[in-house]
Amino acid sequence: MASVRSAVSVKITPPVSVPTSREAQAPLVMRMTVAKVNFYYGPKQVLFDINLNIATNKVTSLIGPSGCGKSTLLRTLNRMHETVRSSRLEGEILIDNQNILAQDVTALRRRVGMVFQRPNPFPKSIFDNVAYGLRINGVKGSIHDAVEKSLRHAALWEEVKDQLHKSAYELSGGQQQRLCIARALAVEPEVLLLDEPCSALDPISTAKIEELLVQLKDLCTIVIVTHNMQQAARVSDFTAFLLMGQLIEFSPTPQLFTTPTDARTEAYITGRFG
Amino acid sequence: MSRRLRWRKFVSHFMLTMTGLCALVAVAVLFFILGYLVYHGGTSISWNFFTKLPAPVGETGGGMANAIVGSAKLLLLACLLGVPIGFFGAIYLAEFSGGTIAFVVRYAADLLNGVPSIVIGIFAYSLVVLPFKHFSTLAGGFALGLMMIPITLRSTEEFLRAVPRALREGAMALGASQWKTIASVVVPAAYRGILTAILLAFARVAGETAPLLFTAFGNRFWSPGWAQPTASLPVMIFTYAIAPYDDWHRQAWAAGLVLLGLILIINIIARVILSRGVAVPRT
Amino acid sequence: MGSRSFLSKLRDGDEIARLVTFIFAGSVVLITLLLVFELWRESYLPRHKFGFGFFVTSVWDPIFDKFGALPFIYGTVVTAAVALLIAVPLGIGAAIFLAELAPARVSDTLQFFIDLLAAVPSVIYGLLGVFIVIPMMRQYIQPALKNSLGFLPFFQGPAYGVGFLTAGMVLAIMVIPYIISVSREVLISVPRDQREAALALGSTRWESTWKVVLPFARTGIMGSIFLALARALGETMAVTMVIGNTPTISASLFSPGYSIAAVIANEFTEATGDLYLQSLIELGLVLFLLTFLLNGMARLLIVVTSQRGSGMGQA
Repeated sequence: MASVRSAVSVKITPPVSVPTSREAQAPLVMRMTVAKVNFYYGPKQVLFDINLNIATNKVTSLIGPSGCGKSTLLRTLNRMHETVRSSRLEGEILIDNQNILAQDVTALRRRVGMVFQRPNPFPKSIFDNVAYGLRINGVKGSIHDAVEKSLRHAALWEEVKDQLHKSAYELSGGQQQRLCIARALAVEPEVLLLDEPCSALDPISTAKIEELLVQLKDLCTIVIVTHNMQQAARVSDFTAFLLMGQLIEFSPTPQLFTTPTDARTEAYITGRFG
Repeated sequence: MSRRLRWRKFVSHFMLTMTGLCALVAVAVLFFILGYLVYHGGTSISWNFFTKLPAPVGETGGGMANAIVGSAKLLLLACLLGVPIGFFGAIYLAEFSGGTIAFVVRYAADLLNGVPSIVIGIFAYSLVVLPFKHFSTLAGGFALGLMMIPITLRSTEEFLRAVPRALREGAMALGASQWKTIASVVVPAAYRGILTAILLAFARVAGETAPLLFTAFGNRFWSPGWAQPTASLPVMIFTYAIAPYDDWHRQAWAAGLVLLGLILIINIIARVILSRGVAVPRT
Repeated sequence: MGSRSFLSKLRDGDEIARLVTFIFAGSVVLITLLLVFELWRESYLPRHKFGFGFFVTSVWDPIFDKFGALPFIYGTVVTAAVALLIAVPLGIGAAIFLAELAPARVSDTLQFFIDLLAAVPSVIYGLLGVFIVIPMMRQYIQPALKNSLGFLPFFQGPAYGVGFLTAGMVLAIMVIPYIISVSREVLISVPRDQREAALALGSTRWESTWKVVLPFARTGIMGSIFLALARALGETMAVTMVIGNTPTISASLFSPGYSIAAVIANEFTEATGDLYLQSLIELGLVLFLLTFLLNGMARLLIVVTSQRGSGMGQA
């Protein structure tokens, strides 16, 4: 029995973690893969031949100057680009080796969640915001427990536990963004996409969220777009540098920032342009 | 795909289709109305309709010549009252006034706009009919003019405001006084919107019946001058539609077609003018 | 403006222009005040004779000088309620389609037609009501309703085609364009990222519209409903041509009835005696107050929504 099962199994099992000091040496599982992706808004091409692997339970950041296409790329990962009529995607994007473009989009978006640039809580109570995803997807067990769990993961529980029924708009900007993170986490996504999540926030809130992201990677895989290079250096394991729609360089973060292989990468990270 | 997800997607497609149906129904009504009017009215329109006076009750062969002329006179009066007040009032609001006065005037205009047309009729009755002790074209024109005021005022003000500061300042820097600037630069720049506003107000009051019922009242003959009661298209439609004579019903359809045709054409022209304009606010 | 002497401004004509235009603007305020004043003054007799009893008496007897507004208030309210029951779901549904689903060009074209629908005068609706809707009601719809829902008091009694239901239906068609236009604008103004947040959580398009966008816009949509209601209350011609013009209070929607605007339209020129006439004028005053309140609330609600939409994102 066991041999038959292992023969037909196609699951990639994560390797047993060997206690070595260098994490980078352990073979990585790729949660998502971007393969030969070209992207157009109408006649205008915005992404050129992108090939990228997103490692499971790691933080991957996308950096680059404004207009380089990093947000566009992020939005393809959960097919949010389809909300714009003129958008067109060529190539493949895989999650667990299945093409996301061939799957049902609603089911996909439960597995790949998103947090947006400006906090955008719904005009509902704190509780109902987090519970929204649970209610439409159905949840096993108590909604209240699931909401509490998400709020704890987003490091917001202690601050709001007595005011769950207040309107989400009464929270500060930083709290609202953490609420949006909790809301996204509630449906237990495998991948969490964050599009410049701190750009509208003050430094203290930013620091809190960065701390959060490092802890969250145990829960899910994280892809973050940021225009703040220091942030990328602080939180991410892998960094991709994009310029004018092309992927210039993709390496483990320490390597990209200390010894970049491409001259353009070096020019960007040393601030010669931005 | 789980069963729950399949159901949710089904609900989504179903409800969104229903909304499409709602939109279709709403638009279809317009075409139904037009269709019926063209069908019933088109067959009844004749030369007689435009040239003859109403025949004695029960006889056929009459027309609505007096109603057409009556409506024209009423609308002329309405414009004479409504357009200047609306236009110059708007100039005051957009160019000269301070915050409080502007607020009060706008509030009054919005209030006037919301008054049911039959109540406007009562007002015109007590102001123009009672003192002179008879119905008149003047009274009807007054009532319709009142209704034109708010539409003309608010829309004209918006279009005047939309003219960029730079244009005004350019004129003033050349030494033009304020009123010269307004007359030679601002108003011409906003003329499209102002024209549209006037046309739309005109189209609106052209179809009004209720305020005429006890001001202009009605007349089966020609109405000489301005101080006599007069027939009008909308009132004739009303009177004929509820009467028991087939011939009158036919004429009501014809009149309906003429009236609606006029109103729709003016509306379309107004909107076309507007869409050709540059940088104008939506009314 | 800088300091120039009054005389130099006068010479340029600016002060004259300002004065002249002020007179025109001021006349608007004067007219409005005068209107309210006239309505109040010319309803003196019944106000003093009947007081508040005017609103709760259902007898309208010109011969014996007894005037009660209740049947007309009832008819106005019932027809408006029927109209909203039909128009609100249809209107909001259409607005959702136009704002969320239709591509911009289709949405604008359809909106153009709907604006034209709003321009159709009341008497034309009345015309169609008399010759198309009434026979349709009498021959098909009312019998069908009687057969299927006749156990409800709303659908009992003799059905001749005229009545509250017919008037309500015609009114519904007349107010739909208002609900659609305002709701569509309000829905379009809901910030994009609300919808995207819902979709990103795995909502279907309907779920994101119904559970997120619509609630966000609910105040403005309420405003559109109030606007529609104000319009429905004041409608005269179409209603008077199909309602039956009988001052009756009846639970049955098939029953003929009367509305405030309709009775004024029909009886104003026949009113003998001051009390009769002034009672009608008092009805006009009531109508004015009702629409004034509703329009005011509608404007408030719509303004609040649009401010909310643009005020989003503050910490």
